[in-house]
Amino acid sequence: MLCATGRLLAAESTALPAQPRGRGPRRCRRRELHFPGHPELPLCRTASVPTGRRAILRRGRMPSAVCGGLAGSELRPRRGRYGPQAARAAVPEEAAEAAAQSPKRPAPGSRPSEAACRWVLLALVTLLAFATRFHRLDQPPHVCWDETHFGKMGSYYINRTFFFDVHPPLGKMLIGLAGYLSGYDGTFMFQKPGDRYEHHNYMGMRGFCAFLGSLLIPFAYLTVLELSKSLPAALLSAALLTFDTGCLTLSQYILLDPILMFFIMAAMLSMVKYNSCADRPFSAPWWFWLSLTGINLAGAIGVKFVGLFIILHVGWNTVSDLWHLFGDLSLSLVTVGKHLTARILCLIVLPLALYTAIYAVHFAVLNQSGPGDGFFSSAFQARLSGNTLHNASVPEYLAFGSVITVKNLRMAIGYLHSHRHLYPEGIGAHQQQVTTYLHKDYNNLWIIKKQNTDSDPLDPSFPVEFVRHGDIIRLEHKETSRNLHSHYHEAPLTRKHYQVTGYGINGTGDSNDFWRIEVINRKFGNRIKVLRSRIRFIHLVTGCVLGSSGKVLPKWGWEQLEVTCTPYLKETLNSIWNVEDHINPKLPNISLDVLQPSFPEILLESHMVMIRGNNGLKPKDNEFTSKPWHWPINYQGLRFSGINDTDFRVYLLGNPVVWWLNLLSIALYLLSGSIIAVAVQRGAHLPGEVEGLSQVLLRGGGQLLLGWALHYFPFFLMGRVLYFHHYFPAMLFSSMLTGILWDTLLRLCACGLAASSLASGVHMGGVLSLLLGTAYSFYLFHPLAYGMVGPLAQDPQSPMAGLRWLESWDF
Amino acid sequence: VATRLLSRSFPGTPRGWLFCKMLGFLQRPVVVTADVNLTVVALTAAGLLSRLWRLTYPRAVVFDEVYYGQYISFYMKRVFFLDGSGPPFGHMLLALGGYLGGFDGNFVWNRIGAEYSSNVPVWSLRLLPALAGALSVPMAYQILWELRFSHCAAMGAALLMLIENALITQARLMLLESLLIFFNLLAVLSYLKFSNSQKHRPFSPSWWLWLTLTGVACSCAVGIKYMGIFTYLLVLGVAAVHTWHLIGDRALSNVCVLCHVLARAVALVVVPAVTYLLFFYVHLTLLCRSGPHDQIMSSAFQASLEGGLARITQGQPLEVAYGSQVTLKSASGKPVPCWLHSHPSTYPLSYENGRGSSHQQQVTCYPFKDVNNWWIVKDPGRHQLEVSNPPRPVRHGDVVQLVHGMTSRLLNTHDVAAPLNPHAQEVSCYIDYNISMPAQSLWRLDIVNRESDAEIWKTILSEVRLVHLNTSAILKLSGAHLPDWGFRQLEVVGEKLSRGYHESAVWAVEEHRYGRSQEQKERELELHSPTHVDVSRNLSFMARFSELQWRMLTVRSDDSEHKYSSTPLDWVTLDTNIAYWLHPRTSAQIHLLGNVVIWASAGLATALYALLFCWYLLRRRRRVCELPEDSWLRWVLAGALCAGGWATNYLPFFLMEKTLFLYHYLPALTFQILLLPVVLQHIGEHLCRSQLHRSLFGALVVAWYSAACHVFNMLRPLTYGDKSLSPSDLQALRWKESWDILIRKH
Repeated sequence: MLCATGRLLAAESTALPAQPRGRGPRRCRRRELHFPGHPELPLCRTASVPTGRRAILRRGRMPSAVCGGLAGSELRPRRGRYGPQAARAAVPEEAAEAAAQSPKRPAPGSRPSEAACRWVLLALVTLLAFATRFHRLDQPPHVCWDETHFGKMGSYYINRTFFFDVHPPLGKMLIGLAGYLSGYDGTFMFQKPGDRYEHHNYMGMRGFCAFLGSLLIPFAYLTVLELSKSLPAALLSAALLTFDTGCLTLSQYILLDPILMFFIMAAMLSMVKYNSCADRPFSAPWWFWLSLTGINLAGAIGVKFVGLFIILHVGWNTVSDLWHLFGDLSLSLVTVGKHLTARILCLIVLPLALYTAIYAVHFAVLNQSGPGDGFFSSAFQARLSGNTLHNASVPEYLAFGSVITVKNLRMAIGYLHSHRHLYPEGIGAHQQQVTTYLHKDYNNLWIIKKQNTDSDPLDPSFPVEFVRHGDIIRLEHKETSRNLHSHYHEAPLTRKHYQVTGYGINGTGDSNDFWRIEVINRKFGNRIKVLRSRIRFIHLVTGCVLGSSGKVLPKWGWEQLEVTCTPYLKETLNSIWNVEDHINPKLPNISLDVLQPSFPEILLESHMVMIRGNNGLKPKDNEFTSKPWHWPINYQGLRFSGINDTDFRVYLLGNPVVWWLNLLSIALYLLSGSIIAVAVQRGAHLPGEVEGLSQVLLRGGGQLLLGWALHYFPFFLMGRVLYFHHYFPAMLFSSMLTGILWDTLLRLCACGLAASSLASGVHMGGVLSLLLGTAYSFYLFHPLAYGMVGPLAQDPQSPMAGLRWLESWDF
Repeated sequence: VATRLLSRSFPGTPRGWLFCKMLGFLQRPVVVTADVNLTVVALTAAGLLSRLWRLTYPRAVVFDEVYYGQYISFYMKRVFFLDGSGPPFGHMLLALGGYLGGFDGNFVWNRIGAEYSSNVPVWSLRLLPALAGALSVPMAYQILWELRFSHCAAMGAALLMLIENALITQARLMLLESLLIFFNLLAVLSYLKFSNSQKHRPFSPSWWLWLTLTGVACSCAVGIKYMGIFTYLLVLGVAAVHTWHLIGDRALSNVCVLCHVLARAVALVVVPAVTYLLFFYVHLTLLCRSGPHDQIMSSAFQASLEGGLARITQGQPLEVAYGSQVTLKSASGKPVPCWLHSHPSTYPLSYENGRGSSHQQQVTCYPFKDVNNWWIVKDPGRHQLEVSNPPRPVRHGDVVQLVHGMTSRLLNTHDVAAPLNPHAQEVSCYIDYNISMPAQSLWRLDIVNRESDAEIWKTILSEVRLVHLNTSAILKLSGAHLPDWGFRQLEVVGEKLSRGYHESAVWAVEEHRYGRSQEQKERELELHSPTHVDVSRNLSFMARFSELQWRMLTVRSDDSEHKYSSTPLDWVTLDTNIAYWLHPRTSAQIHLLGNVVIWASAGLATALYALLFCWYLLRRRRRVCELPEDSWLRWVLAGALCAGGWATNYLPFFLMEKTLFLYHYLPALTFQILLLPVVLQHIGEHLCRSQLHRSLFGALVVAWYSAACHVFNMLRPLTYGDKSLSPSDLQALRWKESWDILIRKH
């Protein structure tokens, strides 16, 4: 039973190649008959109805001209994919026509007016987008919300100081570049939201973000146009985005989101474009759009890891595309192989290369020590000029008698540390504390000694003896001459672990001071390298492993971090250490540059640090946090600027009319989509025009729905802190879906109504009222984005009074 | 040999009987036909033998019995408890064993290895899991049979289940995995029976029986452990695909299709949901007494239990009036449940980091009952602190003042940074130092769960927020512990930044009485005296269910490190084990340790299945069909259920952040074991070209199975723990470095 899916697909693929010969050409031609007269709104039922009627009479089952003209063109790329060569051979003139259909080319004959109309509308939409996004862009002239982060990071690029952020670097690099080109010198501190920019030139960076944010709208317009071949649908989608206060607000500030959304939409657009080139594989536009998709994917993931979702989307599209090609028996395996290779090249190799290149630039630009150093390993820090490890030289291999500092491999744990203070009474044994400490200090120094000889290993008469993997050692604290010690007492905070103390007098202790030193992934007897070797210390008597729990000790421990000996022999980073400083006069120093990590190592490390950083962003208890289910219902906004009624307030909140319409549309889409799918599955004979429209709904709408779902549902699985603005990529997709859905539904209504004048009126009226409705709601809510001063909305004096439709909005 | 199925005869028999009764038994002779599959009987017997043999040994607490045992005791004593690890059905089944054995619940479950006292009916406590484990063996046979595989393959699956050491160990103890596996298999089996009867006899009684049983088994699986939901989703998915094909079947009328879809929706969605609720209903009916976990639940919930809070709050006045004396409990149980509290100490003049405070009286949240938790609700317009006659109830939206009972100071907040969360406002009890800091002690009452805007503030039932009138800050528990000057109590702040709903800003009146005394001295005496008047209140089942379910899902387990925890990657290769029990004197010990041969070959079979499946799929796409249609369909369905069952029960663990153990893998392993004979039969039938190949392959399979038996036999002492082994024997059993086998040092 299960495999019948396979059968179904197979049946489909055999059935479909027949279509073009039967239906296609006529459809195209008929479509051409209709449109010329009505360039603005290529609605089927206007003057052309009689033709359609005649067609019904003449062709029996093929009456589809009325609404099907639209759908026919949507079907064409698919059909082409099933048997492009056959189709091309059989009806060469059709191919020419198909080419003429593409909005990119000026169509011959009767087409120019329609194409011109598209271009005019596109220009109009773009103009409106730019106008709304650039209006009052300089307001407020102070740092808003996350500008404090991303503006600051832009400055870091200009100043070339190293920093750490949980997002990949492309977005911030572009911001930095925009600032640099527009004459910003990187001197503004971006300390906290509300700081005035004064004379600093911030408009370049804001302008750049607004520019990318404005482009979202023409992209949405083109994508919807390509998916539905319907101007009203495209217009509607563009209007929804233009008039959404949320998108507008998010595009007007120095943030990563407009850049991210730009790449996501660009990838979507180029994917759709490339899909419609599928009937001309390996042609120049086909290559162009395919590689452009790859480039945009690299851009999206280079800005934020959220870009992964659009990669999944494109990946899914590509796999299903290849699956269809593979099932097309008219294509030889060699051709299929070529298709596969082309996609691997453009969608995997190219983005990977670009992504790596982004990091190469990132590391090349940021070559000076800065606030991000501490997050990275010792070897990494050696690259940065200004860091103490830069150009330092130390002996390469550990030997007995070496004075060392030991750093935990886990981020922000620090160095193994001890000091002349005892654990307080009642907390384990009353012995000297051992902690980890984040700063460099004399108390971080330890001497490696042999297990039970007290002879001074630095005595020149003894030969140098290197420490090897598996050796039994003693670690003596240099300042206090106490040995690192552990015993069966519970650790101060982590009760299941053992306490670690400093014990003994002048280096003489007991057998609880012995540790076996082990290198991860090394064989027995290997020497131990400074910086590079990942080592563990295993307590000889109890068999536990030296680690840090990362918990902060109370005041008696100076709020340093707890060190324990864990009986669980798991390889967690908490119990892995490396040697950072190393002093041994008997050994020759080598330059640390020799140890410099290679580029792949840096790349890997920075990713590990980023992932850990992302996972570290956990919400605290008892904190109000934004939940994914809040987002589509526009439950709560984000304050970008200002709290009190005297402040200039900007509030990130979606235009509720748009958002709730989107929400309704998704429900309606699921309903109508499943009705159509069941009807088709039941083998119902849909009239031609309805079938065409339902194809648009299922295919085009399905792609957008997939995009929405991929950009929304994964957030439910994420443990990190979430914010309202994470929903905006999904919102773009759902707005486009709304455009297609309402246009198609209204057309279906129109098709259902017999009287032709009424039918076109219904469609026109519906689309117009939606357009005007969103425009009016934008007029109502625009102060949210452009800024408000004066009393808060609960005050009846406020211009926003009566617009606080949900109690949870606070503007 | 009767190759027909045993269980097919079971539904057949009562159906025939019912039929006769209905149509008049006079017309036909009463005939009972039964055909018995002796193979199944033999397999069941072997299963019972392997699982029930010396079941009471060891007569000591083994591993997680220490954990589940305490809940059995709670059931026996009918004391309420909260266990976040899973829904209550599994615990109830274990308790059923205790009930049947006459267990009185008197045993202290505190240590693994502790000897059971004579009042603990070990045999009956361990019986149900063992039976479930034993019955999984014949069920494996039946599943493969229903998948239309050969008798040999079906036998093979059952025999593999029989000699899987890990399954045996897990089934012989008071643990839940074998029950979970049983219901997983039952769900799959009954779905297969249902879908096989679909073609011939839709809507027949047996069709309904298997369909409903699928739903019930699924909800039982979910009711035992949340991970049962993976199997449920799998079955739902397969059912959805089948239904989709049914919808496409144009030979059926629309009405018929609708009936089919509705029947499935009811049996696979509604029935499981109702059954799941039923578990909780029984659970809550059984546990009617208050117990150690009361504190986590809301006051309303606690008041519905016998004893505990109910004893205190029994008969309190319901409606809070001006002059009421109340204690206010925070709705958030994080980090601990606590009550709004104040005491004569003041905030320190300046904190360690140099910030200043108002130096007024501290307001905190205190996790113990205390006389300082009492507050008096005061009408700002009047002076008296006693309830007038008749009482004037407080309603949603009213403005009140809260007077601390023992110190008579007003609850106050102002624009001073809170001690630990400087972005929020400090909350204090106002002391007039005669400086320019007026009292800001007016609070607007906001009843969160109100039904109308004129709702009266009710004891226990109302969840309220206190919104400060001047600054619109909300009284909130920040969750941070104050330092020593605040006696390590919890910090309370006025939160003004965000107005979303959060539990930590919600409070409920727990103890309540109408204040009668005018004088402070009298009032103090009154506050010290216990409350008592008479009103009873009941919470509806759905309210109790939703609260309990929510708490179970959100309760946080504390320190999650465990010596035997492992990662999902360790499971496939069996790189880990769990030591369950060690004999107090000898070296006899029980380990959760799988049959290495079976684990390795099951893993290989899964990989092979995936490869072959992809290969066939690609070939079919290019119209090359080596497999006949029916064997392809069979191959796909078997893969969807077995390989799919493995994947859905295994892969989600990679996303989980909780502590994981080897036994979490057992449900997935069961599905993998089912897949193994499927792949073997396929190789034998389709990939071995000649008769010679086939015989050779058959011989290989026999050799392989003997190897598995041999391994089973070698690991048997660690499975049953009945034999003391010498250190060298133990060392010899330690086949992998990572296995932790306990060797005594003498």
